[in-house]
Amino acid sequence: MNFDYFVLPFCIGALILFTILSTRYAMWIVKLPRIDKRKAWLGILKFKFIGSIWEVFRESLLHRKIFKINAMLGWMHMSFAFGWFLLIVIGAMESKFHKSRVFNMPYDPIFLRYFEHNTHGFFFAEGFTFIMDLILLILLTATILAISKRVYSNLFGLKRTTKLILGDKIALYSLWTIFPLRFLAESFTSGLYNNGGFLTGTFGNIFASFLPLQMLEYPFWWAYSSALCLFFIFLPFSRYMHIPTEIFLIYLRNCGIRTSKNHTGYTEFEIYSCSRCGICIDKCQLTDVMQNKTQGVYFIQQIRRNILSSETAYNCLLCGRCTTYCPVGIDINKVRLLKRHDFAPENGFNFNYLDEKVTVAPFEYDVIYFAGCMTHLTPTIKNSMVKILNKSGDRYIFLDKEGSICCGKPLLFAGNEKQARELKYENKKLINKTGAKTLVTSCPICYNIFKNEYNLTIEVLHHSQYIKRLIENKKITLSKSQLNVVYHDPCELSRTNNVYDEPREILNAIANLQTTNHEKDNALCCGGSLGNFVISETERNKITNNMVAKLSEHKPDVIVTACPLCKKTMNKQSDVPINDISELVSNAILQEKNY
Amino acid sequence: MKNFGYTIQNDRQIDYDKNDTKLYDFVAESEKSIRTCIFCGTCSATCTASKFTDLSLRRIILYLKRGLNESLKKEIESCMLCGKCNLACPRGVNTRNVILNIKRGIEHYEL
Repeated sequence: MNFDYFVLPFCIGALILFTILSTRYAMWIVKLPRIDKRKAWLGILKFKFIGSIWEVFRESLLHRKIFKINAMLGWMHMSFAFGWFLLIVIGAMESKFHKSRVFNMPYDPIFLRYFEHNTHGFFFAEGFTFIMDLILLILLTATILAISKRVYSNLFGLKRTTKLILGDKIALYSLWTIFPLRFLAESFTSGLYNNGGFLTGTFGNIFASFLPLQMLEYPFWWAYSSALCLFFIFLPFSRYMHIPTEIFLIYLRNCGIRTSKNHTGYTEFEIYSCSRCGICIDKCQLTDVMQNKTQGVYFIQQIRRNILSSETAYNCLLCGRCTTYCPVGIDINKVRLLKRHDFAPENGFNFNYLDEKVTVAPFEYDVIYFAGCMTHLTPTIKNSMVKILNKSGDRYIFLDKEGSICCGKPLLFAGNEKQARELKYENKKLINKTGAKTLVTSCPICYNIFKNEYNLTIEVLHHSQYIKRLIENKKITLSKSQLNVVYHDPCELSRTNNVYDEPREILNAIANLQTTNHEKDNALCCGGSLGNFVISETERNKITNNMVAKLSEHKPDVIVTACPLCKKTMNKQSDVPINDISELVSNAILQEKNY
Repeated sequence: MKNFGYTIQNDRQIDYDKNDTKLYDFVAESEKSIRTCIFCGTCSATCTASKFTDLSLRRIILYLKRGLNESLKKEIESCMLCGKCNLACPRGVNTRNVILNIKRGIEHYEL
């Protein structure tokens, strides 16, 4: 058996890591709600792990999402993760081939070069040496990239990143030393025994010419083992906790488990999957207007340390850009909403008045039109929609013509789940009374909650989807104008509900739609968000100014949006006129001549 | 006597040296913009809930400043936090946070 005392640090480190990880994961799995536990077990029977393995390969090893953000950053992560993975797998194979024994010690592949000097006897050996040297070279370049990333983070597309805490620093510095130490230790041994591949062999001979390798070899193997030990022990207390946790997160997500409304075991998996890479900082629009550390990464860090403040929980536009770009796929918005429950005032709400005051005459309708609170602030949208609805020939009811009940989403944003339920109940009662089959709303916020949280039996459409259907069914005919327009995707409509195409198809039919750099998933928040309770008017205006400037880069005639709140917010700051899509459509309706 | 629908209001003196401003201070500490309120009433005019109830944010902030915490407690209950007042406010008062913080203050001081 191959043994030397220097394998002990590695073994102890690995054992400690294994113990800490398995206790933590067991605790989190116990904390999962029963329904989620069932899903996780069923996932095994349904072979969900096959898809998960593929996703782990794509995201945890190749880092596809990071490649999309920045190629250099992606390359660094890929060469580290995939390189190390190959080093482990091929190293294990090599060690098993050498002794022709399948069950060898777990440390054998790591310290193989120290124990086995004969690489000529076995025909695979030279091939393995070559491959292992190649992988080591890749890992060494990754280390160089990682160190240069600390100095020139701009090269990697990261303008800002997080500060390291003590655990991070120790883990980071030990990670930096692992591969150079392995390289030196292997080279020294190769120099002594005159073997090794193109990298370790060559450098071994060079080192042998001027260094006392006999003395250096043994301490360097000790150092290599100790660096591994240090990294393993500090991994659970650093950002590198994301490496093992992400694998579990991917499996649970593939089993259909999602962030729920309470802090469950799944939330723990999400929180510890955060690698604190800081991509969300650069993508967050608040970064440009304020110094507060409120972005996803800081928010999650505060939850980890149990020091979350209400200011951080409520200071977020909930636009979802961070969630879109998060390389680990943490649903930051949902985690933030569930954390707001802890800070929301529980009492002091009373909606009993709604029951008596709001009524609707039961009648057979085809379509309900629910304008929403914000649409009442922008009467042109309301009037345009009324015009379109009249033109369509559908029997419709304007549900909130005389004063509306709020849809409940703003209360959800505040973390008042229970109170929102009362509003939902009232609205649902009204909607069901009308007997209509379709609910059309002008406000994406209302659309989101009607569609995803009301469990309505009838179809819910945003007015852009409704208008598109009218055009398809030839219920309205539109004329094409020569206006150059750009389309601004409202967050609640696009990123949350994937309504991307309908507004664009309408705009293509009635105007010249120009593309911008900020659309679809990359769309910006207008700054008017109801999700943020903290930022001041000035900061909101700055956000709006920035985004309007970006949208009007190519000098469009009109900026078109599909949200009354976006329209209202942008209107205050923009030189270019802002229109809702319904206004353009209502202007484009061909008037039949009356003789 | 014939009832014309008018009454004489009770005399209500507010002693600014003695009034209880702890709730106002609590709110103003976390939401400074409340200090810029000019009581124009735009918020009340646009309010969704005021269609059905007596809710008037203008009056609530007035009560708050005068320390009439009992009176505002009932009134604020019907707010749905829809945020129309926030958009309409000409002074940029972050009204939704004001309302949340009034509720938090009521819980905090157990009023």
